[in-house]
Amino acid sequence: MGFKEQQGEVVLDIKGLKKVFGKRKVLKGIDVSLKKGKCLALLGPNGAGKTTTIRILLGIVIATEGSIRVFDLEYPKGLKGAKFKMGVVPQMDNLDPDLTVFENLIVYANYFRISKKVARKRAEELLEFFALKNRRSEIIQNLSGGQRRRLLLARALINRPELIILDEPTIGLDPQARLLIWERLSDLKEKGTTMLLTSHYMEEVERLADKVIIIDNGTAIARGTPKGLVKDMLGSEIVEFSDGANRLDEIRKYLKGCDIDTEIFENRLFVYLRDGCKELDSLISSFSHVTKRPATLEDLFLRLTGRKLRET
Amino acid sequence: MFQVWYRNLKVWLKHLQASLIGNLGQPFLFLLAMGYGLGKSVPEIEGMTYLQFIAPGLVASAVMYSSAFEATYGSYTRLSTQGTFEAILMTPISVYELALGEIMWGATKGLVAGLIMLLTLPLFGVFPAMSYVLVIPILFLEGAIFASMGLIMTAIATNYDFFNYFTSLVITPFFLFSGIFFSLDAITSPLKEALSVMPLANVVILSRSLCYGKVGNVEEMLFEVILTIIFTVFFGALATYLLKKRLIQ
Repeated sequence: MGFKEQQGEVVLDIKGLKKVFGKRKVLKGIDVSLKKGKCLALLGPNGAGKTTTIRILLGIVIATEGSIRVFDLEYPKGLKGAKFKMGVVPQMDNLDPDLTVFENLIVYANYFRISKKVARKRAEELLEFFALKNRRSEIIQNLSGGQRRRLLLARALINRPELIILDEPTIGLDPQARLLIWERLSDLKEKGTTMLLTSHYMEEVERLADKVIIIDNGTAIARGTPKGLVKDMLGSEIVEFSDGANRLDEIRKYLKGCDIDTEIFENRLFVYLRDGCKELDSLISSFSHVTKRPATLEDLFLRLTGRKLRET
Repeated sequence: MFQVWYRNLKVWLKHLQASLIGNLGQPFLFLLAMGYGLGKSVPEIEGMTYLQFIAPGLVASAVMYSSAFEATYGSYTRLSTQGTFEAILMTPISVYELALGEIMWGATKGLVAGLIMLLTLPLFGVFPAMSYVLVIPILFLEGAIFASMGLIMTAIATNYDFFNYFTSLVITPFFLFSGIFFSLDAITSPLKEALSVMPLANVVILSRSLCYGKVGNVEEMLFEVILTIIFTVFFGALATYLLKKRLIQ
């Protein structure tokens, strides 16, 4: 028992995960580790390999190489056991359109071999928690996007999972609907639920995640806390010169004494600042289109994965 | 496996009426048209009126239609547009349990359609013998065979039109050439032997014999039963394999 408890700290442990679809290498050896009660976000452009990683955890995609342990259960043998303790909010809505809101939860509970009595009780609680009580007998078709997402979350919690996997949980929602989901997820996190999140909303990641891994082309290119990563890899502030590209040399020369990094995209010049820089402050006044703002995770994401549109 | 079956049952119970009428319509109308209509001008076959001759076979065909359609149009909808299979695979249900649940469900629907057809036979003056109870498990296996065939089609289908091949090249020939409407003895060997070992033909023979309490040659009956079991296992395994290939990358 003692050994198990020690090991129990790590909920998810993936090492050297590789997946090849035909000739396409989707994952090229990724390590992921997630501790109990923490939230880990996988970030990356579309096609980076985030969803494939999740689908491997669900057994819908079989890994080409690598070891996977979830709750100390080694895949592939431990897959079924692990899934009893997991809840999933998929990117694509796959609620059962043949059933009502309440029936969706009851039928799903049955897949986890939860008794009808317990399932009913939990379903009522979850409908309350996600403000869906009034829609109890509605068919899925009549739900709004936000209601569907909330129901997907409720469904993911029907088995009281120890690990919830959230694949872009607030995709396509309005700010109010998103806020409600964030609040609920924060509640769950406070109660000690472990979360694996993928998202393209950096605000969502900054709110929820304790750690992030940035994935690009099937490789993990950065990992750390959201704030720490931005600070270490980018700096504290960004100055954006919308027409600064043609005056790059001049600007660089002028800022020689400062700890900076520059990037050009189309006509724009981005100056990443580690510490304060007096010269820069005086330079700003001589340009007409300049913005200075704190560096965010979004900036880091774009810096690392490029500003160009990804064709996948 | 039973969880998948239960899900489908729950949905079906919501649309019971439309579903039952839809599945039963065809065999029922055939019995009416062929048995009553055509039967008036057809002489007795093997000591039965034409209506008596075709009625037990139409029970078997009701099973086939209902199972095959459920496992194609029904299952394919759950696989593609509704994403139901994917939602199920996110839970501890394995793809094997999913496949078996779908086959069991198709078989159940087939059996229900067959039993209702059976219950309507007295309306036509056909009263099945008690020995027909023995046919009921066979009808379930027949349902499993055609549900498996349907699921095989579902596993390789890219759209609904694909099922037209299945209906016109598999289901309709089975319906017409399984000895429901004419005795296979009318065909010359070896085609006769080939046709009589096809799925459905074996069930039609069992259904007709036991409907009228004629057990006849026990060895031959046993052979038909074993054949049914072999078909069930073979098509069931193939359907499961192909569904796994389709759903798990």
